Amino acid sequence: MSDDVRKRLREFVAKNFYLADPDSFDDKTSFLDRGIIDSTGVLELVTFVENEYAFAVADEDMVPANFDSIDALVAFVGRKRS
Amino acid sequence: MFDLASVRLGDRAAAEADRIAAWLRATVLGTLKRRGAVVGLSGGIDSSVVAALCVRALGTDKVLGLFMNEGESADDTVRLARDLAAHLGIATANEDLSPLLAAAGCYTRRDDAIRSVIPRYAAGWKCKLVLPSVLDSDRYRIYSVVVRSPDGEQLSARLTPAAYLTVVAATSFKQRTRKMLEYFHADRLVYAVAGTPNLLEYDQGFFVKNGDGAADIKPIAHLYKTQVYELAAVLGVPDEIRARPPTTDTYSLPQSQEEFYFSLPYAQMDACLYARHHDVPAAEVAAALGLATDQIERVYRDIDAKRAGAVYLHAPPLTIDAPR
Repeated sequence: MSDDVRKRLREFVAKNFYLADPDSFDDKTSFLDRGIIDSTGVLELVTFVENEYAFAVADEDMVPANFDSIDALVAFVGRKRS
Repeated sequence: MFDLASVRLGDRAAAEADRIAAWLRATVLGTLKRRGAVVGLSGGIDSSVVAALCVRALGTDKVLGLFMNEGESADDTVRLARDLAAHLGIATANEDLSPLLAAAGCYTRRDDAIRSVIPRYAAGWKCKLVLPSVLDSDRYRIYSVVVRSPDGEQLSARLTPAAYLTVVAATSFKQRTRKMLEYFHADRLVYAVAGTPNLLEYDQGFFVKNGDGAADIKPIAHLYKTQVYELAAVLGVPDEIRARPPTTDTYSLPQSQEEFYFSLPYAQMDACLYARHHDVPAAEVAAALGLATDQIERVYRDIDAKRAGAVYLHAPPLTIDAPR
């Protein structure tokens, strides 16, 4: 299950945001540190997660610990769905 | 140790006003070959200081002050702007933006986007966008829309990406329409358009590209807001304008610049931006401002993120080299 989530999230990020160097982008890469996603991009990511996995993201959950890398996203989605 | 006084001009303020005036004369009359300057007056500190500097540089008869209100402007905007123009003794023109904005769909496009997340939002309601505080948590700085009914009922909601971008794009008609009118008067008088961003706004991208970001000259873009207030004192800008809290005056509900854009009130924001420019460790800034180190670290991250976003705003139309 989490492999599917990981694949879907990677696809979404790769399709919607510009990765100057895709080879150096791994599941631990910080979106913000690498300038991959700005605040509008985070809003798009939050909306994607809500629509894709059918749960509402609370304001207090919109923090880098949950959204700033593929690993963080996979863990967050896993917690919310369990 | 870092000291808040580092940001201040102090006894250099009068000389700085003279230096800017000399630069304005050389630039407007010499480099640009314009005969005067147009300044859009909002009754705020920045446009008031720019107008006063233009008067000092070019003379009262070479500066045109423009009042450009629309239905959602704050009540005291025109009165304070008129007071300033009378104080300076400059010619003025009044432009009502409302019909132009209505024709462009500024209000209806924005309101339709708001209604997509708050269906009850209707005619007579007011709105604004707000950000969470950077000081309270490390939450992403994502805008919510706040609306208030004519009865005073207040609702708020997070915007979808499409609604958020549409609200901002529609609202930007205001800044772009003002600039269009400034250039009308500048063209008819062979004047230059004076932009009014201060360093905080210029550096952090707090402006609309081709809106208030457009100008021929930006005479205070190198000055922190604290320093703009110091120049206001030197230039004799009326006390009421110097005492007025900064506002965006862009949305129909009253809105501070902190909840809309910056992390902190301007004096503290100036200090943080200055410290960031001068590589001052967050702990030193925290001690000087009475805040926690992790709060300043978040402000630093916010400064860096905004500066990254400002690259697009500052970029001129980009072209490619001739073929080889």
